[in-house]
Amino acid sequence: MSMIGTNDMKPGVKVLFDGVPYSVLENEYVKPGKGQAFNRIKIRNLKTGRVIEKTLRSAETVESADIVEMDMQYLYNDGEFWHFMNPASFEQISADKIAVGEAGQWIKEQDEIRMLLWNGAPLQVTAPNTVTLKIVETDPGAKGNTVQGGSKPAKLETGAMVHVPLFIAEGELVRVDTRTGEYLSRAGK
Amino acid sequence: MENESWAPSASIEALRSRAEMLRGIREYFHARGVMEVDTPALSAHGTVDRFIDSYAVPGAGWLHTSPEFAMKRLLAAGSGPIYQLCHVFRSEPAAVLHNPEFMMLEWYRPGWDHHRLMDEVADLVAALVTDAPASERCTYFEAFERFAGLDPFLAPLTELQEGLGHHNVALPTEVSGEDAQDRDFWLDLWMGAVVGPKLGRDGPIMVHDFPASQCAMAKVRDDIPPVAERFELFWHGVELANGFHELTDPDEQARRFAADSVWRRRQARPTPPLDQNLLAALAAGMPEGAGVALGVDRLLAGVLGAASIADCMAFDTQRA
Repeated sequence: MSMIGTNDMKPGVKVLFDGVPYSVLENEYVKPGKGQAFNRIKIRNLKTGRVIEKTLRSAETVESADIVEMDMQYLYNDGEFWHFMNPASFEQISADKIAVGEAGQWIKEQDEIRMLLWNGAPLQVTAPNTVTLKIVETDPGAKGNTVQGGSKPAKLETGAMVHVPLFIAEGELVRVDTRTGEYLSRAGK
Repeated sequence: MENESWAPSASIEALRSRAEMLRGIREYFHARGVMEVDTPALSAHGTVDRFIDSYAVPGAGWLHTSPEFAMKRLLAAGSGPIYQLCHVFRSEPAAVLHNPEFMMLEWYRPGWDHHRLMDEVADLVAALVTDAPASERCTYFEAFERFAGLDPFLAPLTELQEGLGHHNVALPTEVSGEDAQDRDFWLDLWMGAVVGPKLGRDGPIMVHDFPASQCAMAKVRDDIPPVAERFELFWHGVELANGFHELTDPDEQARRFAADSVWRRRQARPTPPLDQNLLAALAAGMPEGAGVALGVDRLLAGVLGAASIADCMAFDTQRA
């Protein structure tokens, strides 16, 4: 258990409050004239993603969270666990559905992902901002009764569903923004 | 691995503006017959102010956090009006408005009260800053009434505590029982997080007549409620200067030093020996008067629109 002082809570530093890990987003040092100093910090809950603010007295210490960020390679999933490998050490680690979260619908074997480990255990998997995936199922074009505007639903090789322009055909590769789930562009054959 | 921290933290252009400001300050005081003095940065004594931490120099004493004590001794010796431009040192983390070593302009006017000195502060700002808006003035009470919506002297403690939420300030997480009952603990947070940032949006403003409990080294006036004859200059939400109608009573000064000293020791904070030479000077007789200390780096940062005071000094603490 290592403690860090409020002044060392720079953006990016990981801390624990009530046993929950947070990432520091902002830290404002506030010291009126001849008075006490405070730190007003903005922190993101690494489990829920929610951002909250806290006011700390400048002398306070807080437990630092043992959070490590690592680039890993996705290997495969067996339905229950998703398996990743550290490309530098070849060490393998498995994460459950909760840790994998949204990322699971965007990644295919050998893709590189960002892994957050808390006390050595997978906390969160983040897919790359954009991925290129093959469309395995979609209606041919303007026909079909599920067309909305100028787009149609399409199923990707990972099982994810996205809306694509009408001219996109089955078998084509498309680029998708994993943060919004939106089609970006064609990705060539 | 390349060392890139050799470069200054300020641009050469900013340093030129800094030089202009220093020159402007010297010309201002020279024209008014205020003598420049320089006093030791290293002393056997130090400030026992509760919330100012000094750097100890092993085997040699303490670095000054302000030239106040030495300058008051000069006043007692008959110096007449004096000013000083010097680096001061405070053990604080570096931040947008803070650097452990910074430049202070401090000056004293024997025979003046704080109101007369506020006039001069306004005049100096106008002289140093082209097209500066006219300076305004208000009391601590008025500032809180306007920007906090409460009476800093009479609002009950619960109102001070609960009101913070309405201004999107999270309540401090760990508040000791002692702090929770300390009115100034809450007023400091209000001033720092709510009121201060709103002061001086249109131009420089001086807040005066602080709560007596926040008197520092100022005289206390026996009004209802009693107020400290202390003022602070704000501009664009930044505190730029702090001034007093100076306390001259050696016994009262000794009492304040002792109380602060004891408080620091109880908190296990490093406590420099309190300045016996200053107390002796007060006993010998320091003339009535007013004094003020202004952060030059902050004033310059405001004028240049800099993101941080580091952009206005040759080498900030990271590059020193």
